[in-house]
Amino acid sequence: MNVKDLLLERKGWIVALLAVGGMLLLAFPLVAQYSVPEYGDDFPLIGSRAAVWIAAQVHLMFAAFVLGVPMFAVIAEAVSIFGKQDRYDRLAKEFTRLLLVAYSATALWGGLLLFLLTTLYPTLWSYLAEIFGASMWVYAGLFFIESATLYTYYYTWERWKRGRAKLFHWGLGILLNVWGTTVMFIANSWLTYMTSPPADVTPDTAPGMVQFWSAFANATWMPINIHRLIANAVFGGAIVAAYAAYRFLKAKTPEERAHYDWMGYVGNLIAIGVFLVLPFAGYWLGREIYEYNQQMGITMMGGFMSWLWIVQAFLIGVLFLAANYYLWIGLGRIPGGERFAPYTKYMLVVLVLGFIVWATPHSMIATRDELAAMGGTHHPFLGVLGLMSAKNTAVNLMILTTFLSFLMYRRANKIPTVSWARTGTISQGTILAVASIVVLFYGVYGYFVPTIVRIGFSVYQVLIVLFTIVAVLVIDVLIARGADTRGPIRWGQMPERSQYALFVIVVTFTWLMGLMGFARSGIRQHWHIWEVMRDTSPHAATPALGYAAQVISVCVILFLLMIAFVFWIGGLIEKPQLVPQETEDTDAAELGPGYEPSLQPATGD
Amino acid sequence: MRKNLQEPFWQALIVLAISYVLLKWGIPYIPPLIGVSSAPVPQSVLVQFMLTVAVGVLVWVSDNEERWRRFKQPIREALVLPERKRVRVALLVLLPLLVGFVTYDTVRPRVDAPAGIRAVHPAPPTQIDFRGEPVRIEGAENPLREEGRIEEARERGFDIYYQSCMPCHGDYLDGQGHFAHGYSPAPLTLRGGSTIAQLTESYVFWRIAKGGPGLPREGNPWNSAMPAWEDFLTEEDIWAVTLFLYEQAGISPRTWEEH
Repeated sequence: MNVKDLLLERKGWIVALLAVGGMLLLAFPLVAQYSVPEYGDDFPLIGSRAAVWIAAQVHLMFAAFVLGVPMFAVIAEAVSIFGKQDRYDRLAKEFTRLLLVAYSATALWGGLLLFLLTTLYPTLWSYLAEIFGASMWVYAGLFFIESATLYTYYYTWERWKRGRAKLFHWGLGILLNVWGTTVMFIANSWLTYMTSPPADVTPDTAPGMVQFWSAFANATWMPINIHRLIANAVFGGAIVAAYAAYRFLKAKTPEERAHYDWMGYVGNLIAIGVFLVLPFAGYWLGREIYEYNQQMGITMMGGFMSWLWIVQAFLIGVLFLAANYYLWIGLGRIPGGERFAPYTKYMLVVLVLGFIVWATPHSMIATRDELAAMGGTHHPFLGVLGLMSAKNTAVNLMILTTFLSFLMYRRANKIPTVSWARTGTISQGTILAVASIVVLFYGVYGYFVPTIVRIGFSVYQVLIVLFTIVAVLVIDVLIARGADTRGPIRWGQMPERSQYALFVIVVTFTWLMGLMGFARSGIRQHWHIWEVMRDTSPHAATPALGYAAQVISVCVILFLLMIAFVFWIGGLIEKPQLVPQETEDTDAAELGPGYEPSLQPATGD
Repeated sequence: MRKNLQEPFWQALIVLAISYVLLKWGIPYIPPLIGVSSAPVPQSVLVQFMLTVAVGVLVWVSDNEERWRRFKQPIREALVLPERKRVRVALLVLLPLLVGFVTYDTVRPRVDAPAGIRAVHPAPPTQIDFRGEPVRIEGAENPLREEGRIEEARERGFDIYYQSCMPCHGDYLDGQGHFAHGYSPAPLTLRGGSTIAQLTESYVFWRIAKGGPGLPREGNPWNSAMPAWEDFLTEEDIWAVTLFLYEQAGISPRTWEEH
């Protein structure tokens, strides 16, 4: 192919690139309006803080990817081994392949972060190194072991494919997760120490005198560990779904479309399924921050950072809508799905109302006249929606609604055969209805009790929602046993617009990570280490939200561009093979008994 | 007409129109009919709400293949059919004009101050300097409450409130004092569950002691006319009036988390 043909073939991309380049060029005068301070030892153009911020954020995004995807891979491999479904094996391998490139990117950004910290913030680094030196050596050592495990895991995939060898291979996958999680826990201790150093550490305490374990296992360490562990699984699933969406849109054959439609569904299912418990982990972290220091808690939730929570509510609202949208469109490819279509509009009303309640600010952006009409920044009628009682109620009802969408999706093509199917379904409905009433009750009752009591109500709301999810799902699994089918899921027969919902989900997740990471880190304000070591650099002031949003957006764009490169490279290493699959490969839980083997991907590479 | 009402495109427009009417005029005017006070929704929040409704409507029209096809039909017809040429020309003129007007209206110079963003509660310091003496805010309880001098403190707080606070915060503690209308933003209401009910007494002590001048630098400008009452009242006076506020409003202060 000569250059002209190549250019003609790629003309869409070239036009798009030129358009983006042109827009950036047009935006330069806007950028020039910002004054960029220049300091002696400052990082050129963007300043030391932005340099460290970007390196840390992009490193973190890659780290989440390389920790989240192995979780996904090892679960998929387990399904392939114990459920005897080879296509999950191929799925697991396809994603481990992407890890090879992503690991290098993670390490490169980690190295960059390290160099930037040691050169731009040497005092802080020396201090941390003096306390955490030993754990830093272990961290580096584990990284070696983790890399070796990854390479062994990937390159022995075909060699150890059967029998005990396969179990051993799966064990390697588990080990990979253990090393990765340990590495994350270690790094988490350094950054959580900066937020919540032990109470007995003061500015006069020499770092050598700080007890290692009390610094390591500080107040916010475990909440961050759990929050990140869950979030990584969510992120891994979302990336997998976005990758599948990209492949789906590029697919040229029905087999390819079927495969990537299925992959997108599985990725999204994991992302959204795990995501439903993420707010609870986040709530625990927030509460620990409050308990550690109320000033930080108020800065985060009611003070300067409170607007980030409105942005967060907006983005999570988008996530809920996109996730439900994807499931509802998916009903179109399931025989029997049309039974549930009339109900989606009522669920949509709950989601939109929940979205509105969740994103209603406590203190509103208003002009002078509007302020005068309201009698302050609190709206006399909508003001009640600004409190956590309303917001917790809204989010819990949105979680239940999303869960209901998933149930409809599961049930769509099944005809239950168990004698108690009707009773079971009524029980499911009753549990869901009771849970919704309990959530609403505590939401309303919260306005009539002292704040400290009201905070406790959110725990009851969370518990009833979790109980409902587990109980209803268990009943559903039992009802589905031996069920007849209305027909196979028509994988691949999904409108293209549904795939953009998967892109929306991954972009929103990535943005959320950056935004809320800023909130967690920014609450330290002018302290490197809270009330122990001040930030005495010219960047000590907490950045404005607009500036923060710009830096985070740059990080998101950088990460997504690089992850697109990883997808592309991953595709070059090994082309997927799509051939008919063995007939015993069925999965009643997700595919329905009508699953059509001829449309499914290959079992090996 | 009736046929059109069954088409998703027109249904979507009707939902948007009804939502706008409810949000714009329903919220300020319906609650007062049942004795609940309300006010117009600020433009920023109205835009946010309408955006949410619009996304919801888009989800609804496109989550089903048949509905999506029917939704697009009138748009396609307006853009393609020869007999819809007048509609097409009208849209091609009106839509850019509308966008142009909105853009003009957004960027045209105004004498009003721009809409301000304001944090709910500024973050309190761990410790403050009160007339040269350190006072711990983090973890502090009202000493008058701890010493069992509640009734005495309430009476003292009563006197101080009516001498110093009532002109702005009002006889009923609802932020509707005689001077209130001279300020923007108006003085805070101290009733209800969304203001001091969410705060510890030491937080309120800090706010009274340091007033507007003592608000933290982050989150500026605060636009608060509240004086720094440490210049006029003693430490015990401020604790007394803090206790009075909660007693009079019939609410409990937030307590500290148990460790």
